[in-house]
Amino acid sequence: MGDTDPRSVGAATAQRAGFLEPLILKAGKTLASYELVYETYGTLNADRSNAVLVCHALSGNHHVAGYYADDPGKIGWWDNMIGPGKPIDTDRFFVIGVNNLGGCHGSTGPSSIDRATGKPYGASFPLVTVEDWVASQARLMDRLGIERLAAAIGGSLGGMQAMQWTLDFPDRIRHAFVIAAASRLSTQNIAFNDVARMAIVSDPDFHGGNFHAHKAIPARGLKLARMLGHITYLSEDLLGEKFGRETKRDEYGYNYDVEFEIESYLRYQGDKFAQVFDANTYLIMTKALDYFDPAKETGGDLARALSAARASFFVCSFRSDWRFPPARSRELVKAMVASGRPVTYAEIDAPHGHDAFLLDNPSYHQIVAAYFDNIATAIGAGPRRTALAIGGAELEEMRGFQGQREGT
Amino acid sequence: MNRRYDFALISSWIPERSRVLDLGCGDGELLAGLAATRNVTGYGIEIDPALVLASVKNGVSVIQDDIESGLETFARDSFDFVILSQTLQAVRNVEGVMREMLRVGREGIVTFPNFGYWRHRLDIFGGHMPVSRTLPHSWYDTPNIHLCTVKDFEDLCRKLGAVILDERVIHEGRQVNFMPNLLGSLGVFRFKEK
Repeated sequence: MGDTDPRSVGAATAQRAGFLEPLILKAGKTLASYELVYETYGTLNADRSNAVLVCHALSGNHHVAGYYADDPGKIGWWDNMIGPGKPIDTDRFFVIGVNNLGGCHGSTGPSSIDRATGKPYGASFPLVTVEDWVASQARLMDRLGIERLAAAIGGSLGGMQAMQWTLDFPDRIRHAFVIAAASRLSTQNIAFNDVARMAIVSDPDFHGGNFHAHKAIPARGLKLARMLGHITYLSEDLLGEKFGRETKRDEYGYNYDVEFEIESYLRYQGDKFAQVFDANTYLIMTKALDYFDPAKETGGDLARALSAARASFFVCSFRSDWRFPPARSRELVKAMVASGRPVTYAEIDAPHGHDAFLLDNPSYHQIVAAYFDNIATAIGAGPRRTALAIGGAELEEMRGFQGQREGT
Repeated sequence: MNRRYDFALISSWIPERSRVLDLGCGDGELLAGLAATRNVTGYGIEIDPALVLASVKNGVSVIQDDIESGLETFARDSFDFVILSQTLQAVRNVEGVMREMLRVGREGIVTFPNFGYWRHRLDIFGGHMPVSRTLPHSWYDTPNIHLCTVKDFEDLCRKLGAVILDERVIHEGRQVNFMPNLLGSLGVFRFKEK
């Protein structure tokens, strides 16, 4: 790990950018000022053409790759994708990870202090949408002197942001990687999100979102929300294979204690998450997912919505992903084709479910790497200086789930 | 494989800046070549993940899909050319794929190993399934399930109501004009919907 790993970007440093220009949000409210916390890896080239923006999903953040000097165990959530010799090669690309507005990892969000009141925003933090995130990310790119992204990339909700970039800033993005995503959530997905939100808001410690003022944390609700979400991010086969019907003791206890291994695992994951994540952020992120639907303004015609785009698309899905299944990605591809955009589509045969986009799958990483190599050639970034090594960080699967869970 | 023999002929038929769909595009060589020499745009369709990767490496916009399940992704007449190069013989639903080609493309181009080629006939006459440069597989491990002769393909076009615009039979890059169904190993057809 760390300095001894030539394929790591090394020690990362979170940076902070403050914006005093108000941001008018899609929902009508205005954020008078805000801060975004971000990390960068690699070097911006002379003509500033090698920037890659990584957009995070529901519970992700700006710490995408590398580790922290004072916390070497804290590896970025997409470290297997980004680094020298990795698919997104930091020898040639300047990679930016940013924590979205409304998040709880440093960017202005419901747990931040509202300057107007001197107290945490709590329930008063406005709902933000994918469009708002993209607008705020574009301002960060302005600040970094990046006129046009080589690519924006993300999985799940992150893929939705990459797609939104091509609609809102068609001249500022060359390629969009839309991975394990969809043009809008299915009814079932919205239903899951609502159950998760209900778990949170019905926790007595939630206090209508102003739990900070009551020195409380709605940990039970957040835990339930995460447990539910977690089940949906994995495939049935994988859960069965990992946990089966294994129990802690051979004999059944005939009570309601934790007995099955899956119960123990999910509760552990839920507890861990509830300790670090903000309940209001969870509500905002799930709502942003529910509202995302670029074809809403074109009467459901996604191809027409995409007619503004100038970017090329890389779309990718995973066979065992039942939350964002391949059929949803094929809808995207169809619309991109109909709007005349260049698009490459790969359907990866991975067993892990939705979480597969975070994991170290060789065929997935190889095709992402190959596509990025083409971008590098097009922008004159030359060949790889560190040989591409796929699957070098052998995935120990449980570590994968526990360490990399932050991405989804 | 002798794909290149039909690539040259196909390329000569395709005007600059055409929109092309290549069904079963393999490693994307044809489309990459057409993009470089003719400025064409379009997509390759490929089912094999290893070949999808190879197509990406060749800079081709490739969509991983099964052409047998239809070209639902594509609208009527959305391409100038839909190409099926040396893939027909391995297609299960030949008629369905042909109909989809006619729908999606203004013109279709199909190339296939001519089963009527004299060496193939000779092999059968000698009591064996043909093995040749165009048909390199042994009968027991061949992906080819729908082999046909040049005459058979003409019949299929007629049945589907397709108009044959051009029809060549080639052998190792050279056009065969004398008894083509006997002396040519590769059929190359260009057709459109009536």
